[in-house]
This record gives sequence, structure tokens and C-alpha cells, in this order.
Amino acid sequence: MEKATLDKENNTQTKEIVIALAGNPNSGKTTVFNALTGARQHVGNWPGVTVEHKEGIVTRGGVTYKVIDLPGIYSLSARSPEEEIARDFLINNKVDVIVNVIDASNLERNLYLTTQLLELGIGTVCVMNMVDMTEKMGKKIDYDKVRALLGAEVVPAVASKGKGMDELLDKAYEVAQCDYCEPPRTAHHNPELELEMKRLAEKLKLKEHGKIPLRWILLKSLEGDRAAINILRNISEYNGNPEEVIASSKARLEAMLGDDLDIIIADGRYGFVSGLVREVVSKSSEIDRINLTDKIDSIFLNRILGLPIFLGLMLVTFYLTFEVGGYVAGLLEGVLESSAGYLANTLPEGVLSSLIIDGVLAGVGGVLVFLPNIAIIFIIISILEDSGYMARAAFLMDRTMHILGLHGKAFIPLIMGFGCNVPAVMATRTLETREDRIITILINPFMSCTARLPIYILFAGMFFSKNGTWVIFSLYLLGILLAILTAKLLKSFFFKSATSPFVMELPPYRMPTLKGISIHVWERVWSFISRAGTIILAASIVIWAMSTLPWGVEFGSKESLIGVLGSWIAPVFKPLNLDWAAAVALLFGIGAKEIVVSTLKVLYGTQSGAVMAAFTPLTAYTFMVLSLIYIPCMATIATIKKETASWKWTIFSVVYSMVLAYVVAFIVFRVGKLLGF
Amino acid sequence: MSKEMNLEPLSSLANGEQAVIRDIQGGRCIRSRLIAMGLMPGKELTVLNNIPNGPFIVQIDDTRIALGRGQADKIIVTKEQ
Repeated sequence: MEKATLDKENNTQTKEIVIALAGNPNSGKTTVFNALTGARQHVGNWPGVTVEHKEGIVTRGGVTYKVIDLPGIYSLSARSPEEEIARDFLINNKVDVIVNVIDASNLERNLYLTTQLLELGIGTVCVMNMVDMTEKMGKKIDYDKVRALLGAEVVPAVASKGKGMDELLDKAYEVAQCDYCEPPRTAHHNPELELEMKRLAEKLKLKEHGKIPLRWILLKSLEGDRAAINILRNISEYNGNPEEVIASSKARLEAMLGDDLDIIIADGRYGFVSGLVREVVSKSSEIDRINLTDKIDSIFLNRILGLPIFLGLMLVTFYLTFEVGGYVAGLLEGVLESSAGYLANTLPEGVLSSLIIDGVLAGVGGVLVFLPNIAIIFIIISILEDSGYMARAAFLMDRTMHILGLHGKAFIPLIMGFGCNVPAVMATRTLETREDRIITILINPFMSCTARLPIYILFAGMFFSKNGTWVIFSLYLLGILLAILTAKLLKSFFFKSATSPFVMELPPYRMPTLKGISIHVWERVWSFISRAGTIILAASIVIWAMSTLPWGVEFGSKESLIGVLGSWIAPVFKPLNLDWAAAVALLFGIGAKEIVVSTLKVLYGTQSGAVMAAFTPLTAYTFMVLSLIYIPCMATIATIKKETASWKWTIFSVVYSMVLAYVVAFIVFRVGKLLGF
Repeated sequence: MSKEMNLEPLSSLANGEQAVIRDIQGGRCIRSRLIAMGLMPGKELTVLNNIPNGPFIVQIDDTRIALGRGQADKIIVTKEQ
């Protein structure tokens, strides 16, 4: 007790240093984050709410560092949601140090962002990551010179091997301590522009604004950045509209210099950067132009082989998930059934044993057995992402995606949707236009996520034993087909604009590391387990209680509370020949799709006989179709609201899926009947 | 002398050809994005993969960038001999 309070006091005394990790996509930012924080990181508040960033804690030498992983960005011009998030975080929060992760093998492009970060006037440490690669490529970088030219700390590192991480923290500590350090160097812009900024500062009578340099506010305002213009209005004592002054300055400069101001500013930055690179990089030997990535790409992106290889990989994924994963899941199911049997024999009969066996074990255990399948999908998605293949898949699918009025990059969130729709919907932030983002978000729930997988496996196993895998495959295809149709529909009725630009970096192939994959997979698997322990457990207990009450009724009968609830909504499902239990399962499944299985397991028990009696193969298939389409789960709905920032599209998503589900299920059922199933 | 510069869209280049970017057309947004990714007038690039009627891969320094055909049409280059 005494020790605990002592520790607490010590903790409040030690200083916490807030580090924001910024850098280009593929610069190894996530690797640095993982190397720094290891398993001590968390992604906000799974399940339910979306999060803007990952956080982690690391301590070294009695100092606690809070590390925040910002989204990967190429620029701070706030032209995409990711850039906006990064910019807002940096200017609105107390950030002690920016750690800018730089891919040392691609210095010029990475330093373009660095120049913009340095303009913010926040202490910065530049991590030159992957320096082993540059040496292999025959490049030598003079890090001391980089330090001198940037006026910022520079740390060479190989994050994948943990090299340079301690030094990084030490430098971050130093930078955080020095309040009166020399400011970093920033790019000199066109003389006319520099002069204009001086004039503007006087004319607008600008006051100091916290730690953000006036130069940044002016430059960004001239670039047309809304956040900067808003700050400018607050700090200007000018007797008029400062925004108009900025606009006329901008127009004058553009007329005089004959180009967009963005381009002129970019030119100034690149001028600074390329001068720096010329000074610091020396090539010790001629680079071998045909490297490993080119060799692999010549096969994977081959005009003839590319697509078949991709489809082959998808089939292998499918096979591993359902055949191999299914085998392990089958073993777990055996364990579950025998432990239910064992408990039934040992526990004294009564309410408690019923709660444990019929409620918790059936509801939670019935879902947990599918963990192997789910883990396999996430392992494969992680490997695809970390190796660099995902971007290739997007490239290969570009032409196909054009048919939907989208382009290749929109394919990545769709693949991720097979894992979980929540991060997939968030991944649409990388798309350039709002139209593309909304379409990709709205079709994402039709990608069968891993939470729907238990439903498919359960029914396919019971009713289509031999062709089970093909039945599941047909549901995935149906989802993809509906996504295509929906995209077409949205494109022709709501978003008539032409296809948006497609630009995407293809990172070099990298061997995925065990650490990277395990952190990634663990995050998802843990989210599944914790969902089982919270929302699914709670739902199972509620369903059990509603099946038991009022006292004296037969468990899960029509007279029980749940039976009464079911009989209210059952008429809706009558035309599909589904009973009240199926209706209730779908209702509870809105919370999380796994609960559909939990409900059925609680109501029918862990033995398959009762379920087999309640469905026919046709109604089972109809039910699977409904489960696929009928509504995005609550976490996904919340994410859709957050990412579209629109109630209209959120409600559209919910209503549209409900109507579509009913129509498709109805067609499936009727046509199936006609065909004599 | 500069009259001999032969301006053409990037999309007309074949695999393996090298060129220097002279101009980027199109809206402000896409221009600044291309520039941030390293596609800046004056830079040299190599065409790695030009799929007929499909997307496009170019290499700039050590970055590979995939572009839609529409974008490749709007990037004006001069071929290197």
C-alpha cells in the first residue's frame, strides 16, 4: 500500500515528453513506432470508437516518453484527411518533439516533408532510417553535414533491427529540454514571396501566436490552408478583412511570377532540399539498377502473369482460412462440446449451471472457436501489407476498378474489409477525393469481414458439408458483386464526376518481420477476444436471461421474453421462411455480427441437431445472405459516421443495406424454391 | 536551341524510356500531391511499366510511383536520348 502511493508520487514527478512521429508512408515510421514502444501501445478504445492515432509509452533513464504515431504523409499542405489530422495534431497539441522518420535511401523526397515540419518551429529529431540500405546501394551520407544544414538533430538508424532507438530518445530528451536552441533552417523562398511576407506581417499587424512562427502562418495562409487563415484572423489587428488581403497578395504574386503559389513554394522547398542532398550524399560506387524489387515486379506485375498470380494468392488465402483454419477450429469445437458435457455432469443442476453452460459457454465459446480462421486472415493481410504487395494488387486492379468509376487505390480498403470493416473504412483516408472516399466507405460493409465468418462456417458445415467451402466462396462473391453494383449506382446517381486521379507509391519489397506481423495480428486477435469477453459475453447473458425469464417457462420457448420479442419481429421474416429465433439473432447481431452465432448457440444449444431442425439448406443459405448484407455492425456504423462526417450517408448506409438484404434474400429464397431446393 | 525540345505527354513513352518532367497540368490539388511525391518539373524519370490502356509505373530517384493513365497524359516531358 505504502509502496504504491510512493510510486504514484514518483510518477507525477517524472516529466513526460510527448513525441509525435511524422514521416512519409513507407519510410518505416510504423517500424520505428514498434521498435520504440513494443507491445506497450494501444489503439484507442476498441471496439466501438474510431481512433485517429496510435499511442505508446516508453521509458528510458527515468524519463517517460509518450509516442504518438501520426498518419503517413508526403506534405503538410492539408490536401487529404491524413495531412489534416497530422497538421491539426501538431499545431493544436502540446508536442515537445517531432521525430521525423526519413527513408535515408530516398532522401530528397523525404526531406520535402522535413522542410515543412521544421517551419512549425517545434523541436525536431530527424531519424535517418534504413541506413543499411543506403550503404548497400553504394551511397554515403554525411550525417554531421545534414545536422548542420538543417539545424536539427539527426540520428542514423535501422529501426527493423532496433538500431539507433536509444540515441533517438536521448536526442529527443535534449531537444525537449532546450527552450532557447537555435531555430532550424528553413527553405528560402522566391525573393518576391519573402518580401511579400514581410510586408504582410506589418500590414496585418500580427501578434505572436504561442509557439507557432508567424512565417508558417503567413506561408500557409498564402498556400490557402484554412487552419492557418483562421489563426491569422485571430492574431491580426488589421482594420479590415485579413483574408482579403491575403487573397489579393496571392493573386498579385501569382500574376507576377506566372505560376500557382503552391508550385512556387514547392519549388523553394525542393531547391533547398536538392542543394542539401548534393552536399551530403556521395556515391561510392555506381548503383546496380536492377535490384530485387525490379526482379520481383517483373513477375508479379507481369502483363500476363500479374492478375493470375494475384487471383492465385487470393485462392490460397481462402484455402488456408477455411480448410486449414477450419480444421483447427473443428478441434476447438470438440473441446468446447466435451467441456460443456463435463460441466453438465459435474455442476449441480440449476440456474447457475444453465447460465454457464447454456449462456456463457454456448454464446462466447461458440464464437471463440473460430479464432484460428480469423487469425489466419489477419496474418495474410498483414503479410500482404508489410511486404509491399498490397500496393501491387491495387495497381493490378486499377483497370478493373475503373469499371466501378473508382481506381486502384480504392482496392486496398476493400481487401482490408475482409479482415474488419472498421480499419478498412478508416483506410479510405488515403483516397484523394471525397466522392471516392464515400463510395469506398459505403461499399465496404459488403466485404465479408471476419465477424461474419463464424456464421458462414457454422451453417456451411451443417448444411453443405461437402460443398461448404464453395458455399462460403459464393457468399464472398455475392458481397463483391453487391459492392460493384452499389458503387455503380452511387456513381451514376450521386457522384457524377469523372474518375479521380490515381497516384500511389509502390514501396520496395521488404521481408515482413515477425515482430511487425505479430504486433499487427495481435492487435486484431486481441480485439476479437476482448469483444468476446465484453459485448458478446454481455449479449449472451442477456439472451440467456431473456430465454429463462419469466420463471417457469421452458428455456428459449415462445413464452420466454426472447420468444415474445421474436414473435413481434418474426412476421417480417415470414416470407423468407425464417423463424423467430433467426429474427432475434439478426437483431442482436447488430451489436457485433458474431452475436448472431452466439444467439443461435444459446437458443439451440451447442449440439447441432436443434439448428439442423430449424433450418433447411435453402433457408440456411437465405439466412447467410441476410447476415452478409443486412446492416453494418455498430462499430462500423460509428466509423462511417466519423469518416463521412455525414448523418445522411450513415443513415443511407444502414437503410440501403437493410432494403438490399431483404430484396436479395427474397430473390434467393424464391428462386431457390422454384428450382426445387 | 531549346526549340528542339520535343514536348510530349508521359503516357506516350514506352517501357524503359527516360525523360525529364517539364510541366504538370491539371488541378491544384493533384499537382501539389504529385509534387509532394517527388514528381516535380525538372526531375528525371524512367518508365518502368506502361500497360496499354492501363496504369503506369515510373521511377524517380529511388521511388516507384503508380499513376493512372489520365495523370500520365497530363505530365509533359521531354525524352532523353
